[in-house]
Order: sequence, then C-alpha cells, then structure tokens
Amino acid sequence: MSAFIIRRLCLTVVLLFIISIISFFIVTLTPGSPYPWGELNPKISAEVKANFRKKFHLDRPLPEQYAFIMRDLFHGDLRSVKDDRPVLSRIIERLPATLALNFTAMLISLSFGTLLGVYAARHAGHWQDILGSFVAFLFIALPGFWISYLIVIGLVKAFGVPILGTQSYGIDFPNALAAGLDRIWHLLIPAIVLSIGGIASQSRYLRASMIETLREDYIRTARSKGLSEEVTLYKHALRNSIRPLITGIGMLLPGLLSGSVIIENIFAYPGLGRLGYEAVLERDYPTLVALNFVVAALVLLGNLLSDLLYAIVDKRVRLE
Amino acid sequence: MLSIRDLKIGFSSGDSVTPALRGVSLELGRGETLAIVGESGSGKSVTALAITRLLPSPPAVYEEGSIYFEGNDLLKASDAELRRVRGGKIAYIFQEPSTSLNPVYTIRSQIAEMIQLHRPDVGKDRKSIDAEVIHWLDAVGIHEAARRLHDYPHQLSGGMQQRVMIAMALSARPDLLIADEPTTALDVTIQAQILDKLRELQRELGMAVLLITHNFAIIRGLARNVAVMYRGEVVEQGETEQVLREPRHPYTKALIACIPRLGDKRRRPPTIGNLEAL
Amino acid sequence: MTALSITPTAADTTLHETPGGRIWRRFLANPIACVSLVIIVCFAVIAIGTALLGAGGWHWPYDPNLTNLEQKLLPPSPLHWLGTDNLGRDVFSRMLNGASISLFVGLIAVAVSLGIGVVVGAIAGYFGGLTDTILMRSVDALICFPTFFLILTAVAILGPSLLNIVVIIGLVSWTGTARLVRGEFLTIRETEYVKGARVLGQKDWKIIFRHILPNASAPIFVTAVLGIPDAILTEAGLSFLGFGVQPPQATWGNIIADSKTYLLEAWWLILFPGMAIFIASLAFYLAGDALREAAQSRE
Repeated sequence: MSAFIIRRLCLTVVLLFIISIISFFIVTLTPGSPYPWGELNPKISAEVKANFRKKFHLDRPLPEQYAFIMRDLFHGDLRSVKDDRPVLSRIIERLPATLALNFTAMLISLSFGTLLGVYAARHAGHWQDILGSFVAFLFIALPGFWISYLIVIGLVKAFGVPILGTQSYGIDFPNALAAGLDRIWHLLIPAIVLSIGGIASQSRYLRASMIETLREDYIRTARSKGLSEEVTLYKHALRNSIRPLITGIGMLLPGLLSGSVIIENIFAYPGLGRLGYEAVLERDYPTLVALNFVVAALVLLGNLLSDLLYAIVDKRVRLE
Repeated sequence: MLSIRDLKIGFSSGDSVTPALRGVSLELGRGETLAIVGESGSGKSVTALAITRLLPSPPAVYEEGSIYFEGNDLLKASDAELRRVRGGKIAYIFQEPSTSLNPVYTIRSQIAEMIQLHRPDVGKDRKSIDAEVIHWLDAVGIHEAARRLHDYPHQLSGGMQQRVMIAMALSARPDLLIADEPTTALDVTIQAQILDKLRELQRELGMAVLLITHNFAIIRGLARNVAVMYRGEVVEQGETEQVLREPRHPYTKALIACIPRLGDKRRRPPTIGNLEAL
Repeated sequence: MTALSITPTAADTTLHETPGGRIWRRFLANPIACVSLVIIVCFAVIAIGTALLGAGGWHWPYDPNLTNLEQKLLPPSPLHWLGTDNLGRDVFSRMLNGASISLFVGLIAVAVSLGIGVVVGAIAGYFGGLTDTILMRSVDALICFPTFFLILTAVAILGPSLLNIVVIIGLVSWTGTARLVRGEFLTIRETEYVKGARVLGQKDWKIIFRHILPNASAPIFVTAVLGIPDAILTEAGLSFLGFGVQPPQATWGNIIADSKTYLLEAWWLILFPGMAIFIASLAFYLAGDALREAAQSRE
C-alpha cells in the first residue's frame, strides 16, 4: 500500500509542477498587453509602465519570471492589481466557500448519479434504461445559468425566499443551529444546480460499468445463494463497478469548478468562481495566474484523494 | 425430491428462438447422486441452471415443462419462493471458481453471507459465524482455515477457490448440491482430490448431488445413476455401472469409447461421428 | 436450401453495405436519433439561411439591430412573436441571428479542438514510449484546469471577439479528443495490417493517414458531434457573463445577459433564448449518442 501511495504522490508532484508552468505560461505567452490599463493608454506615463514592469519582473528572461512569480505567490508577495493585497490571501479567503459548494455538489452528483446509473443498468435495454439515458442527456444539455436564473427569479423575486449569498441577511437567528441550517440552505440550491451535469455524466459511467459487471460469474453465484436482487446489485455488483466513477471524478471536478464560475455569479456566492469573474473585469492578471494554478491544484488533490480512497475499497488496485 | 418433466427451453436472438432443451425429463431422489454427461452444447449446463431459473431470461425462454422440487413447480414459483429455495435447499458450485467468487470480498464474508441467510441455528455474533465458517473450510480440506479467513479469492489457488465454493455452498446445508463441471477448470491432480472430497461430504451430509460433466471417467464411484445428454435431449439413462457395461445408445457407446485407458492399443483416438441421423 | 433468386433480398443488401452505410442505417432506426437529426437540420438551415440573407442585407422578420425605444419590453404578440428587448429590438429576429453565431461557434471551435487533439493523440499513440509519456502527462495536467477559468483568463488578455472566443474554446477543449485518439492509435497500431505496412517499409505519415486514421474516424466523428453542444453551451455561458460576443451582435447568451435587470418584468427574454440553447444542445447530444451506439453495436 505504501508503495502505491508513494507512487501516486510522486505523480501528483510532477503534475503540480507542470500545472504551475502552464498557469504561468497562460498569461505570459498570450499575446496582448500585460498592462491592465491597455498598452496605448496615453494617460499612463512611461515611468509608471517601467515600474510596473519592474514590479512584475517583466524584463527578466522567462524561466526567471516563472521562478519569481512562484516565489512571490507563496510568500504572499504576489499582489493583486486591484487592491494590492496579496493574491494568495484573497484566494484563501474564498476557498472555504468554494470547497463547501463543490464538495457538496460532488456528493450529490456521485450519489444521485449512482442511483440513476444502477436503475438504468438494472433494466438495461428496457424502457427504464432509455428513459434514464434521456434524462441524463436532458441534464447535460440544460444550461446552468438558465435554470439558475429561473430559480432565482422564481424563488427570490416571486416568492421572496432568500437564497443568494451564503446566509440570509437582516434576520436574527435564535441560535447557532438555526444559523447553521440557514447557511446549509443557501449552499444547497447552488450545489444542486451545479451537480446536475455531474449526475448525468456519473450515471452514464456507472451504467456502463454496471452492465459489464452484471455479466460476471460471481453475480450468478450471488443469485444462486438466494440473495435478493437489491442485495445482488448494491452489495455485489456495485462495489465492483465504481472504478469508472472514480476516474470520472477526474473529469467531474474541473467541470464543477468551471460551472461554479457562473453559478456563484448568479447566486452571489463568494467563492473562487466569483473571484475569477471579478479578476477578469479588473484585468487583474496576478490574481488570474494564481487562481488558475490554485483551482488546477485543487483538482489534482481531489483526484489524489479519490484514488487513495478507492485503493482502500478495492485492494487489487494496490498491486498494480 | 427433484423431478424435471419434459423441459423445453430455447434461446432467443433477434426474431428466432434456438432450441436448447427439447424435452428433458429426469428424476432425483433424496440423497441420491445423478450425473449428467454430455459434450459441450448438449444442454447439460442449461438443465442445471434452469432448475432454479438462473438462466438470464432474455435470452432464455422457458417454453414448456415443469420442474418439481419437493412438490412445488419451480417454474411457476414466485420470486420470494425461489429465493428461499436458492442456497438454502439447492446450492450450486460452478465451473470457474476464479470468476465465481466476488473479488472484492473476503472468503469469510462470502461464506458468512450464506450462513446468515440460511442458517438461523447459527448465532448472529461474530464468533459463532467465524466458527461455522472455519468448520466448513476445514471440512473441504483447507488447512489452517482460521488464518485464511480474511483472504481474498485472488490470493488462493484454483483448487482452493473451488474448495471455498464448495464450503460456501454446503454451509447452508442444502438438500441438493448442483455441481456444474466442478473440476473441468482444474489441474488433473487437483481434480481427483476435489472429487474425493465431494464424495466424502456427500456421504456425511446425506445430500443429493447433481453432477454435470463431459467426462465419463470421473463419475464412477460418485454417481449411482447417469443420464447421457445429446443435443438437448436425454438419450440414455440408468445406473452408472449398467450403462458403462452395456451402453445401448450409439452416442453413449462413442462417449465411453473416448475414455482413455492404460494399455489401450488403438493408435488413433476414437471420435464421435456425425450423429445427424439420431 | 432456398432456390437461387435474382430478386435482391435483405441479406443481399447488407452484404454490399459500406461501414458508413451500416452505421447510418442503424442510426436511422432509432426514433430519438431521427427527431434529433431533424432538429439539427432545421437549426443549420435557419443559421445558414439567416447568415446568408443578413449578408445580403435582407432581414426577416425584422432587422435584429433596429432599436425602437417606444417598442421596448413588449411581451410576445402577433407583431413580435417573441417580444422585444430593452432597446425595442425584436427578440425573434435576434434569436435567428443567434442561431448563426451558435452554429459558427460550434463548428469552428470543434474544428480547432479536433485539429489539435487528433495531432497530439496520433503522435502520442503512434510513437509511444517517451513521446507518449511526456505528451500524456502534459494532457493529464491540462485536464486539471477547469476550462472556464482558462477561457476567462484568455478573454481577459485577448479581449472578447467572436474569433477569439471560438479559437479559445477550441484551445481548451482538445484534451478529451487527444486521449481518445491516442487510445485508438494504440490499439490499431497493433493490428496485422498496420504491422504489415510497417514491415513493407511504409513511411510513418502514410501509415497514420492511410491506415490508422480512417479506422479511427468513427469515434473521432462522434466526439466532434458531441463537442458541438459543449462549445455552444460554453459560448452561451461566456456571453451570459458578458465576456462572450459583444452586443449589438446577438447571441442566445447575450440576449439573456443584456436584459439581466429587466428579467423580472420580461420573462420572455430569458425563456426563449434559454430554450433555444437547451433544445439545440439536447438534439446534438442525443444525435451524437445515437451515432456512438450505431457505430459500436455488434450485429
């Protein structure tokens, strides 16, 4: 097991390094002005530009720029163009909200995706399966911002139910439990909308995997033991089918974080997606570089965790 | 105890239905052993799996006939009734032990599942169940059973896996054990050991055994009666000794002639010729 | 034995079928696929038709950019089938134009992503070894980036224009294709006919283009079809945030974006463009999935 962990960790470190390089290059190599105010703006003097170039090390060769930016980022010296606060602290501020939102969305995606997938696989080839597939594609095709807006209009404006932000303002909660529930309520709707696409994709993976598994001999053995169909499916078949679900997380996590940009925007949820949106408006390149790096790193870590968890579930993986 | 009458089963693909069993009738009494012998495609496995409706139902089509077990027609039984019979009264062991055991659960948990489902006389606590599991692992001849409890199937050899399957099947104390080619996938040396063990256990437990095989050679001493199947029908039935001595059907004769014998002077192995005429 | 017959039977026709023909036949046998195809064709006709007419200066039913503040925010009526927006522009006309943009985005973005993905995947899958490892690890790293953040960053630097957006979307979506193509190449590379070609001394490029690529074309085509709605949805999302195609040019996303402040009074400004995006995407997804089934099923 430890050999497996070490191997996975090494891979993660290598990928993290590549990610940092890519993050750096996105901004540096993209043609266009590095100045947030535009190249030809006459109001900005040459001196200001020179200072800017010095501050962001734009005169040095590329590898040095990379090294500087990385160092600055982690030392909190990489500062936002907007308010000159360290970029990292701006990111860390918003991190818990994003983690809560995306983690919840992932749980919803995985659980409901599994249920839908098992349902489809169980009735493979029959109308229930076709219905399941259709519903899955319905979910994938649904534009997140559309459904979010309809919900916001419906609940907030038409019925006056507060769902924007992380908590209801202007209401005094009698105790911590009520306040906590309020926060969960504000988290839930955006998380559900965010998870819709994930439910669909995970259900497809699971359905395919489950159909394969159900052909195996040990499923026949389980039935011959007199086990009910439910036990056969959920105990014997499911545990052998979740591998694609785990690899699916690799595509799910970046998808969720991507989707959260729009969802956080609509629901006024103060997470990293919202930060990205604001950074684009302000042309805050340092923030953008750091943000890309951080979200990619989050995805990487998420994959690492899910692989490790899976290795606990299925011992054979450790021998690979 | 078990009475199969005129069973007709087909397999559908697209629009057509290919017949697999063309009217099979067999009888098996309590504690008896019946061997079903035939080549691949003769329908012997289909017969075995059909008994508790283990054939996946598309594509299998149960066209006609009945399967009476202890007075009930299993073909007409409800799902709940069927589940009571499976495992508890009729248990199976299959040809490929390596794929017939669930790879992600320990052998203990898979045997325990059987015990918990069908043996209300065994205590629900961990100790009692472990003891029962160990008892059966011992009974099938697995050494140091206590240490192997938490092994996974892939950690065992083929012979051991099959022993585990037998232990699992027997732990429910079934009235009938259906063994579908239990030794075909195993080494010849292991085959003999497994078969001996089966014989021993059958005598001890007094259960009935339905043995499916293509190998005439192994049924001697194990099965009192034999039914020879060819192309979905039973072509000859009777006491094993009798059939071996005086086979009446040409197919049976050919099958017996195929059994390799020490001192056999024939240079070319006999073949079972085209028996379309039957 | 049946007597010899000169009238063609069903068996005869299938014998002469090309692989493409067989896939097409199975596709058409699926009712959902047929409906989706009809929708896609309508969408394409509308998009191309509107673009062509617009280029020639004809607008139907109204000029999508014609503002008329006295007619602003009108609900759907016989005069304005889908109502008017906050500047009095006819929503229906704007949506017809939006269709052209969406189709353009879908096709070009997919073309870009396919171009890059196929090349990277082919090189990795064909040459294997160190090349494969380096390329695939880079792809693994790239996949970790949530595409929207990348797109936003690029748009921040390059500015939002239709061409920029299309290319950017293509640039961030090629990784899936690359992995798929690599997988196909790894398998097909081991087939007898490819081995034979190599033994005969054929040049690598020839082998890739003449032997391997045509055999991988079905899954690649399916990926392309499935990539179109992804691109359309991404563009819609970008436009919604205000970073997509800028007004006055109309896309389905920015019709909704333009009217954010009026959405409570003007429900038609969000319902119809949203429905259009939804239905177009759904049609492509269902068609793509049916195509994949048709290409994969064994008969």
